[in-house]
Amino acid sequence: MSTAEQASWAVPITLTVNGIKHQAIVEPRTLLVYFLRESLGLTGTHVGCDTSQCGACTIHLNGRAVKSCTVLAVQANGAEITTIEGLARGNALHPLQEGFREKHGAQCGYCTPGMIMSAAYLLSTNPNPTEEEIRRALDGNLCRCTGYVNIIEAVKWAAERLKAKRQD
Amino acid sequence: MTTEHAPAGLIGASIRRVEDPVLVTGRGCYVDDVQLPGMLHMAFLRSPYPHAKIKSIDTSAAKAIPGVVSVVTGNDLSDRLMVAIAPMVPGMKIPPHPLLARGAVHAAGTPVAAVVAESRAVALDAANAVEVEYDPLPAVVNAEKALEPGAPLAREELDSNICYIATKKGGDVDRAFAEADHVVRMHIASPRLVAMAIEPRGIVAKPEPAGDLTIWLSTQSPHRVRADLANSIGFPEHRIRVIAPDVGGGFGSKGPLYQEYALAAHLALRLGRPIKWVATRSEDFVTTNQGRDQAMTSELALKRDGTMLGLKVRVVANLGAYLQSNTAGPPQRMMAMAPGCYQIRNCHVEVVAVFTNTVSTGPYRGAGRPESVLNIERLVDKAARDLGIDRLEIRRKNFIRPEQFPYRTGVGVEYDSGDYEKSLAEALRLSDYEKMLRYRDEARTRGELVGIGLSTFVEPSGGAGFESGTVRVERTGEITVLTGSSSHGQGHETVFAQLVAEKMRLSMDHVAIRHGDTIAVQQGVGTFGSRSAVMGGGALALAVERVIEKARRIAANLVEAAPEDVVQTDGGFAVAGVPEKKITWRQIAAAAYGRRVPGIEPGLQETVFFDPGREAWGFGTHVALVRIDRETGTPTLEKLVLVDDCGVILNPMIVEGQVHGGVAQGLGEAFREQMLYGEQGEVLTGSLMSYAVPRASDMPPLILGETVTPNPFHPLGVKGIGEAGCNGAPPAVANAVMDALAPLGIDHIDMPYTAPKLWKAIRDAEAKQGKSKN
Repeated sequence: MSTAEQASWAVPITLTVNGIKHQAIVEPRTLLVYFLRESLGLTGTHVGCDTSQCGACTIHLNGRAVKSCTVLAVQANGAEITTIEGLARGNALHPLQEGFREKHGAQCGYCTPGMIMSAAYLLSTNPNPTEEEIRRALDGNLCRCTGYVNIIEAVKWAAERLKAKRQD
Repeated sequence: MTTEHAPAGLIGASIRRVEDPVLVTGRGCYVDDVQLPGMLHMAFLRSPYPHAKIKSIDTSAAKAIPGVVSVVTGNDLSDRLMVAIAPMVPGMKIPPHPLLARGAVHAAGTPVAAVVAESRAVALDAANAVEVEYDPLPAVVNAEKALEPGAPLAREELDSNICYIATKKGGDVDRAFAEADHVVRMHIASPRLVAMAIEPRGIVAKPEPAGDLTIWLSTQSPHRVRADLANSIGFPEHRIRVIAPDVGGGFGSKGPLYQEYALAAHLALRLGRPIKWVATRSEDFVTTNQGRDQAMTSELALKRDGTMLGLKVRVVANLGAYLQSNTAGPPQRMMAMAPGCYQIRNCHVEVVAVFTNTVSTGPYRGAGRPESVLNIERLVDKAARDLGIDRLEIRRKNFIRPEQFPYRTGVGVEYDSGDYEKSLAEALRLSDYEKMLRYRDEARTRGELVGIGLSTFVEPSGGAGFESGTVRVERTGEITVLTGSSSHGQGHETVFAQLVAEKMRLSMDHVAIRHGDTIAVQQGVGTFGSRSAVMGGGALALAVERVIEKARRIAANLVEAAPEDVVQTDGGFAVAGVPEKKITWRQIAAAAYGRRVPGIEPGLQETVFFDPGREAWGFGTHVALVRIDRETGTPTLEKLVLVDDCGVILNPMIVEGQVHGGVAQGLGEAFREQMLYGEQGEVLTGSLMSYAVPRASDMPPLILGETVTPNPFHPLGVKGIGEAGCNGAPPAVANAVMDALAPLGIDHIDMPYTAPKLWKAIRDAEAKQGKSKN
């Protein structure tokens, strides 16, 4: 199939990303991650592999953490999406973002957005995770810099912070 | 927050990173985030064969695809376009490294054709539409087999597979071995590893209207790559600007100029449009420098009491098929630290560096250090076992002693300082060593396989070449710092700001660190080899002193006092004993740029090209406790204690982070990771589906400790730390695994210690002992 033919198959989609509604026409084969990065300019979602192992592209799709390299943009039609750029509320960092800074959970920063999005999903479903649960939840996100030690600490820190906020 | 703004006490404090607010919000800018108007995309067709002649290439189908701008093959490029390689070792053979294959391919992954197109997807489509007919040739993948008579030639242009042979020696080795009571002989092979920075390699090359060239590159070494690019494509260096934006990890693998970069730059100039190329992970697996793959055949000569007399090592190093600028480096490093932390006066170390039909090797975190430490630490443990001497005693007996520094080793290298006994003692204390011994011995009585291992090691850092640093007081008294140490995750913007702010007695928010742009930063080298604190930090320490001295003279002039009566105070200077007579940095800057100060050149900026003339030798002791499931072979690392000494610590949080990361990579090597090729050279582990990088649940609890032995030859007293974790931990694990298997009479197994490998070794040993439960 030629590119021209594929282009003629282009599909209209509507989706909401970080609270903003977007309409676009995409080739059916466009991966969601490239749609977010190249069509919407949301480059905080990264690409680190081509086999869905590294998790650098993790986002939330309808409230669930997914690897956006494994979702077609057309599959996200009608979806609500949150990327790393949409996690902070104005100037107030999400507790996980604070935690990654407090506990030195980021070095080169490339895996960090995906790591934070996976951790945010964990904390949304399990506000009091054990260390073992944190490690298991992050098994789909690879980091080569930190040895995960301070990432785990950052998630624990954020869980405590969120707990304190709920009690306020 | 207050600690981050206190002008004093910054050096040595765990200051949170300046870099992080950008990175945790997804606002970093990595190469693939650079989007330019009119930008084209490049993709490659790569050889699936490790060694083959190219019979024909048909690009017509690719060229017919709408959106394709250019399809090029090796024949379309001038034969002067080569990756420029300087001979790192005298006399080394340097076979051609063309940007695209010319007539033959020598490793799976060699680029055969490149497509430039209007989109990434079209470029990939068209690359796959290029048709190539190959005539496969015999391939060789194992370096030791490549040396056997009749082995296929990896590079048919050469008459052998040897790139170079190098030796380091000292003392009288023959006599040492003749006088020895015992000689330990071992063959130890280190696995081939993939650096696996989570950001794949990539480039954006943009021709500028006035004829210049701007490059955004995921690199550890922007200035060096710029010169190599100039030499490779015949374009003037001074008209190239290399920008290393945020770089997503490197671990050594992002040091050199790779052929894709030279080709992107060349084609961008030829086509007059910006070109982006970012490797897919699969491409990264077969194109980016890999690490280790050194095989050591070693002999250690000892007296009966454990005194080490002599060391012979023959290293066969696998270089891969094509040399990169730094491929020859790691075996050199291996040689230079072969005797480790021991007094072995008589040494003979030989490296045979070998071409094979595999991906290039090069520096990967450790870069020869882990191989060397593994070699000597396994030998020492084996010697202890053979001679019936305690492994602590044999180490203590042979340690270089604190009073012997600076100490020239048996391979002619001078170590600056150290206290290995103290490091060992601290590691034993933290690991509760005696209790661990009892734990192991009790487990053994139950037939369980539990072992303790340790490694006592040195970590050379910095040293090679120079590094640059500039400290500039701007007109308003704010401080701009330029460093040649271009960061890719090490936190330079934080640590260097701590250093300069404290020295200038300012809060950190007055100091901005700039790096990674060749038009902003004077010549520099980069970040690798545990060098930034030593080299970049050293340059800045000297530059800031010079700025302070000039500022003192300006301040003296302003207050009409003698310079020796003007002292530093928070935020500026004051006359000694008259604190109210204060001159701020802002006032000094205004004078430096605004009015004439008699006898003082205008401006307030100092640049230092720092060369300490020697390496900084950090050291440490790592202790591992390993349990192996006798039925399944599954190893569990129950305890890992890491005591490191990197001299004066600038930011403990960042030092610990470096140790964590190094250890994770070391444990990957010890338990999981290995790049594998089939007998014919086919790639077996070419993606993350098959190459096992440690995950969050693989990491054991770590116990970190430290000793501090300041570097007497450095203005800050620092030594490097970046590679300690991957130097010390794998040999400690190896010794622990072999200790666990000792009751089965197993002498040595090479890493990685996967469950199937250990299971087979246990079954074989049990069968041999006639105790197989089956």
